[in-house]
Amino acid sequence: MLRLNLILIAIILASALGGVASQHQARKLFTTLEREQERARQLEIEWGQLQLEQSTWASHARIEKIARERLRMKPPAAGQVLAVEAPQ
Amino acid sequence: MKFANSPLLSQRLPAWRARFIAALILLAFGALAARSAYLQVVNNDFLQQKGESRYARVIELSATRGRIVDRDGDILAVSTPVKSIWAIPEDARLTPPQARELAALVEMDVHELNRRLAAEKDFVFVKRQIPPDTAEKVAALNLPGIHQQREYRRYYPVGEVVSHVLGFTGVDDKGQEGVELAFEARLAGKPGSRRVIKDRLGHIVEDVESIKPPREGEDITLALDAKVQYLAFTYLKQALAEHKAKAGGVVVLDARTGEVLALANLPTYNPNNRGRLSGAQLRNRALTDVFEPGSTMKPFPVALALEKGRFRADSQIQTAPGRLTIGDATIHDAHPHGLLTVAQVVQKSSNVGVAKIAATLSPEEMWRMFDALGFGQPLRLGFPGEVGGRLRPFKTWRPIEQATMSYGHGISVTLMQLARAYLVFARDGDLLPLSLTRLGTPPLAGNTVFSAQTAHEVRAMLEMAVQPGGTATRAQIPGYRVAGKTGTAHKLEGGQYADRYVAVFVGFAPASDPRLVVAVMIDEPSAGKYYGGDVAAPVFAQVMDGSLRALGVAPDAPFKPLQVARDVAPEPENL
Repeated sequence: MLRLNLILIAIILASALGGVASQHQARKLFTTLEREQERARQLEIEWGQLQLEQSTWASHARIEKIARERLRMKPPAAGQVLAVEAPQ
Repeated sequence: MKFANSPLLSQRLPAWRARFIAALILLAFGALAARSAYLQVVNNDFLQQKGESRYARVIELSATRGRIVDRDGDILAVSTPVKSIWAIPEDARLTPPQARELAALVEMDVHELNRRLAAEKDFVFVKRQIPPDTAEKVAALNLPGIHQQREYRRYYPVGEVVSHVLGFTGVDDKGQEGVELAFEARLAGKPGSRRVIKDRLGHIVEDVESIKPPREGEDITLALDAKVQYLAFTYLKQALAEHKAKAGGVVVLDARTGEVLALANLPTYNPNNRGRLSGAQLRNRALTDVFEPGSTMKPFPVALALEKGRFRADSQIQTAPGRLTIGDATIHDAHPHGLLTVAQVVQKSSNVGVAKIAATLSPEEMWRMFDALGFGQPLRLGFPGEVGGRLRPFKTWRPIEQATMSYGHGISVTLMQLARAYLVFARDGDLLPLSLTRLGTPPLAGNTVFSAQTAHEVRAMLEMAVQPGGTATRAQIPGYRVAGKTGTAHKLEGGQYADRYVAVFVGFAPASDPRLVVAVMIDEPSAGKYYGGDVAAPVFAQVMDGSLRALGVAPDAPFKPLQVARDVAPEPENL
């Protein structure tokens, strides 16, 4: 009788400690998840800002200005353009 | 002495004392039971809530507003988080150096800052929507009573070039104009929330339940092509400066799908910095301002007369002596032309010729055609303030009115309506609904207004108008066959025709297989020239040439120099 009780107590103790440990583990994982999600949000925001920056740098007005002034480019005269049919 | 031998024990106490104590104890238990029942049953919810509020928090999950991109995915509008600085005036007792420092950081006048902080309120905004790095510097000052909150701000990288199409959002990130307003329901995100348990240090430990996931705003892909839009805007701006005009607009449509590839208006504004806006800058003229289209209307009654078999393209019409009296009014041609074919009437833009052609049509026939072309009713693209123009019921038309309407007076349209109506000639006589957003599959065919044969005949006439002998030689583009029609109209002011003009050109190219319809309107050119052929046609040619090249449309004409000597003016059209 006594032996059975001891075994049961040991099992209960082990299971209780296991519960505590897994709860702790779960919380640690949850914090990590939380941190990564926050990082994802931050990256999302940064992506938006980079897109904004990219489209500001790539604005047509700026490209045209640089092409004309710094690179001294100009649209080709109509006679200089050769149209090529793409094979279907 | 032993306890058992104590004489006190032998003393008999009265029986009621024991019972009295027992009753007291029982009563105390009863009170306890009642109290616990009160806490556990009656007051349970309130107490549970109180307890939870110590560790459970509801966190707002913000949703971002959708982006607006052009047909190739280039960003036209995007929301990014910014900070707003607010204060509790009572707590914000700043020393003068602190106030100066804060004012300098948020780029604000110190007096204005002090005035706000002196307000008799519990809450004031110091400065809304400042960049995150500035906000960090403000936070580093660690001032009492000064707080921050996260908000979203909308940025428009392309700026003034597309401002009328996109519109803008208010400080609360809600659409107020243009596409931002028209697509508000799809663009706006819906913030969600979640309940979590936080530990002593404020870390989130556990999700209690996910209450509402946030719904992110949808991205809107417009039909707009940023390249074409830029071309339209730049050339319009040049033309306005050259002709000292008051305002102007350009619309570019895809003839195959009915998509709006560009819509530019001037004057415009910078949507990123909207201090001091005037109504004139905000007007989306291509949709909200009507004008009398003048000669650009002529091809429509001509097409109807061909369709009804009243004339053929080579039927001859006597336009001499350049005058026609209907009732008590007389209409004129600027130059008498003599005997013209129907095709030449369109090419030379003869008022008398068109009026004679229109006289063979009944008012009802003409009204039905105008109605089918979409005149007189708003396009319903969802923009605020869209108007339909004026098209009076045919029962009230007098013969002279029917005649003037055939050359575009006494009827008013918006630039977008006019451009759309020309789709019937650029296509095989059918009219498509317009689309602001990119279409996955183009509509097969719209409402048929004219037969394909009529459309082709009128297309040939419109091509003639651009060639030598026509009114719009300046609309020619080397390498492409172009078709189009000029228009010049007196402006109506207080019911009278004033000495101010609207110069218009509508056309399409390549004429062998039209891809684009471009409509140009210049309001009050005042540098000497005011004919549509001199003012609007060159803008058309520039925009069309650049757009066809940008879209990689193959030339359909052999290259040859412009078919008009530079110093020979195109034939003037009739007003």
